Amino acid sequence: MAEKLIRVIVAKPGLDGHDRGAKVVARALRDAGFEVIYTGLRQTPEQIAEAALSEDVDVVALSLLSGAHATLFPRVIELLKERGMDNVLVIGGGVIPEGDIPDLKAAGVQAVFTPGTPTSKIVEFINEHVKK
Amino acid sequence: MTKGGKPMDLMKEFWNGSRLALARSISAVENETEGYTDILREVYSHTGNAQVIGITGAPGAGKSTLTDKLVKYYRTQGKTVGIVAVDPTSPFSGGAILGDRIRMNDLTLDTGVFIRSMGTRGSLGGLSKKSADAVKLMDAFGMDVVLIETVGVGQSEVDIVKNADTTLVVLVPGLGDDIQAIKAGILEIGDVFAINKCDRDGADRLNVEIEMMLDLNTEEVAWRPPIMRTIASKNEGVEDVINAMEEHRQHLIETGELEQRRRERTVNEITEMVKEQISRYVMNKVTSTGEFDTYVDQVFARKIDPYTVVESLVGKVVK
Repeated sequence: MAEKLIRVIVAKPGLDGHDRGAKVVARALRDAGFEVIYTGLRQTPEQIAEAALSEDVDVVALSLLSGAHATLFPRVIELLKERGMDNVLVIGGGVIPEGDIPDLKAAGVQAVFTPGTPTSKIVEFINEHVKK
Repeated sequence: MTKGGKPMDLMKEFWNGSRLALARSISAVENETEGYTDILREVYSHTGNAQVIGITGAPGAGKSTLTDKLVKYYRTQGKTVGIVAVDPTSPFSGGAILGDRIRMNDLTLDTGVFIRSMGTRGSLGGLSKKSADAVKLMDAFGMDVVLIETVGVGQSEVDIVKNADTTLVVLVPGLGDDIQAIKAGILEIGDVFAINKCDRDGADRLNVEIEMMLDLNTEEVAWRPPIMRTIASKNEGVEDVINAMEEHRQHLIETGELEQRRRERTVNEITEMVKEQISRYVMNKVTSTGEFDTYVDQVFARKIDPYTVVESLVGKVVK
């Protein structure tokens, strides 16, 4: 059996134009041995869900700095479920107030990594939570 | 199958046209999960219909941008398109950033297009087979055209596009990579050339260099690869490239070369698979007794030479 690699999509939903953080995370994940599909800026939730589907990813990592996370993150999760992607790990990062995190988790975001979090924590989380 | 659905359900969904099933079948083949050969067995008789096009060239040449425009053109013709976009895996970490589809974002929501990114995963021969299998799956799924896009910087990448009927080589003037391309051998496999970003200085010179390279081949060739000019980002020259590739396809059909090339590929495919199975079998036997490590120690200490060791190890398995 060939080695199964973990596939992650790093996506920026909405109109947020700041991608440095997402690129840093993408590189860190690559260095950790994952295959990272980076789809660039200004993705709609539909585009993210469709890309996640055709790439059959294990993880959807959403990056958002514009404050629209409360709407867009749950929307992505909803669209993933509609497409039958029930076992995908959804994580988020960016400018997300602590107070918003419980609602995000209730919506299905399994972890939120805010600025200052070492990228190793993200890698650890993914390795622990992706079903092999 | 860890993500739900046994292979049986997977194929039922596949034949029903489920894009998720196509995605998962590609994963199953890529990861060699249990039952993956059954999937390939089942789809095999449904392959051979799609037009398979390989697209290669130096990094930064604009392949993905051009691919995006080519696909859009095919879509205006009502054709469905599958894309296998291959990016190099880091030899250090084993990971990869697969960023080709960033240039094709417009296509994501088009249900007549399916994009799959693949890393080279460090295996020279293996990727050629895996990308070829992904192509087969897209072909069997019903795609009219399947594009394999890869960076042409090494032999393994060159091997990937050998699975295509027509290969498009994309070059850019002024980066010095014209010479690099010649070294990499990709010029030899080009059926159609595209000088992208042709508004840059050096386009004419590059054109001449390619012509000269083609002239070096003194053999009588039935197909002289045409050299097109494009500015992919402005959607210029795209129709010319499509027409050139179509002409090549017609040429292959009329001369019978299409059949010949595909037959050759079948021979190669079966040969490689036989070699792979034998190799695995022998390696399993060789490494299972524990003698292997002992021999390695001895060879390392120069008490014995590797040739003797290999003769002994293989001789025990193959009589």
